[in-house]
Amino acid sequence: MIEVRNLTKMYGDKLAVNNISFKVEKGEILGFLGSNGAGKSTTMNMLTGYISSTSGAVLIDGTDILEDPKKAKANIGYLPEIPPLYVDMTVDAYLSFMYDLKKCKLPRKAHLKDVCNLCKIQDVRGRLIKNLSKGYRQRVGMAQALINNPPVLILDEPTVGLDPSQIIEIRSLIKKLGKRHTVILSSHILPEIQAVCDRIIIINRGEVAADGTADEIAKKITNEHKMTLRIEGPEHSADDKRIIAEAIRNISGVKYVRADMEREKGIYDYDVETDGKTDVRRDINKLCAEKGWNILMLQLSDLTLEDIFLKITMGENLESSASEKGGKSKKPRIEIKRSENGKIKAVQEDDDKEDDGDGDSIVSDDSEDNNGGEE
Amino acid sequence: MLAIYRREMGAFFTSGVAYVFLAVFWLVSGIFFYNGVVGNATTDTSALFSSMFYIVMFLIPVLTMKLLSEEKKNRTDQGLLTAPISLWDIVLGKYFAALTLFIIAESVVFIYAFILNYLGDVVWTPLIGNYVAMIFLGAAFIAVGLFVSSLTESQMASAVVSLVLLFVIYLSEMLVSNFENGGKFKKAIYFVVSKLAFYSRYVEFTRGVFSLPSIVFFISAAFLFNFFTVKVLEKRRWS
Repeated sequence: MIEVRNLTKMYGDKLAVNNISFKVEKGEILGFLGSNGAGKSTTMNMLTGYISSTSGAVLIDGTDILEDPKKAKANIGYLPEIPPLYVDMTVDAYLSFMYDLKKCKLPRKAHLKDVCNLCKIQDVRGRLIKNLSKGYRQRVGMAQALINNPPVLILDEPTVGLDPSQIIEIRSLIKKLGKRHTVILSSHILPEIQAVCDRIIIINRGEVAADGTADEIAKKITNEHKMTLRIEGPEHSADDKRIIAEAIRNISGVKYVRADMEREKGIYDYDVETDGKTDVRRDINKLCAEKGWNILMLQLSDLTLEDIFLKITMGENLESSASEKGGKSKKPRIEIKRSENGKIKAVQEDDDKEDDGDGDSIVSDDSEDNNGGEE
Repeated sequence: MLAIYRREMGAFFTSGVAYVFLAVFWLVSGIFFYNGVVGNATTDTSALFSSMFYIVMFLIPVLTMKLLSEEKKNRTDQGLLTAPISLWDIVLGKYFAALTLFIIAESVVFIYAFILNYLGDVVWTPLIGNYVAMIFLGAAFIAVGLFVSSLTESQMASAVVSLVLLFVIYLSEMLVSNFENGGKFKKAIYFVVSKLAFYSRYVEFTRGVFSLPSIVFFISAAFLFNFFTVKVLEKRRWS
């Protein structure tokens, strides 16, 4: 449906978008992720023909946007970062204008009513746009994009300025639209992308840094597994810390151990990273049993989209500081903070399995889905 | 194009620009009419029209100042430029909206003619000739104003620059008037400038001469500046 080939944009001699290529199939919802200034909006502006590309091509349903702009644009509904609203018009007048502008052939009254119902703006149709709140304006912008039922929808941060319940509504709307339309949306909000999109493209410094589902991206970036352990030594001292860390480090399959903060008096947390092939939990359990140490907590922490995002976008800075520290691992380290009182932050993809684990059992489960427990 | 034309006409009235434009235009032309025609006890409207040149020059920037600059500032141009229409549709839609309002304002002369009808015999030929000429003059001026509006995001800058530009176009002839009897180089400048000057072409009409080349000249000027405007929008896309 949408094909982007080696798209490049230079602003003067500043490279904004560098050689981006991807394809979006019909009925797919694609999420665009990237930090500020990464080139998301520039890419979207090129997709919609608002600005031209320096080189490369954008094909909408097989039509090049620069060669036959009218035909290509007729297939696109675009909601820019700032909705293009004429504030001195009423919602109805504005939508009617957009209806004419897009040369829509559908029955005017019924179509505008449908669109307003979809975006939940029926009750403000007679009001001037300048008197509407940000959330309503955003939804009018959305309605404008939906006019003429374009097969492709391009939404630049569609949920900005909405309250939480509206955000949920818009998200479900986008999901619903994804069945009939091809949708590209950009967002800063990671859970949103994760909840709505079938596929994610992470853009960093104008280049595609990752492309795939959240799981696929996580797997590509790292095959390591991280876990956090809280182990009580016999003496409750810094010596414990050193000995325990050393002992865990000697277990085969462990790549990296770092003693973290003192969470309880004399008891430390240890971040352990494995090579991803061996499950070291049983070995650790055995080791602790032999030495008479107590495992107070074991928590597996796989990469979340947030980690992936940070890893990609901040990768270079972290990498350099990590290698300065001792160079044990070239991979940047992202810590996941959790509250002390036992409430564990869910870190895996299916986070509804959030586990408080206040039982006595020490978790040594094979399942990776288990978030671990606490004694 | 029609959608943009309709929206622009609506915007003229909701934003109040139309009311200011029409009120000032009619007030000042009314004063000229009273002083120049009724006060002088004549039914010849040529004097009225040669004064009207100034109103047109001062008021057209008001009409055109926000046509494109505001779109850019409010980012509403994103809606227009991503719609399945051409740049010419956008520019001409706006251009004809401004032109329509100008024609409405200009048509007030028929009310004056109606009044004159009661005071004496109306001399229709110069009146119609002048009316047509002024519309073509306005058409060229609006294209200039629209072009300036496409260059900036600020309405104020747009108004001031187009006023200055129209003024220069008007004055250019007077600035070089003493070049007429100078050397070859000066003569060449005089020749070029006087050929391009708007004022002398317009003044011909106020003297009752209907000149087809002048009409063609004004239409060409309007087309040329609209063409420039399209190129500015296109260039913005490519920069």
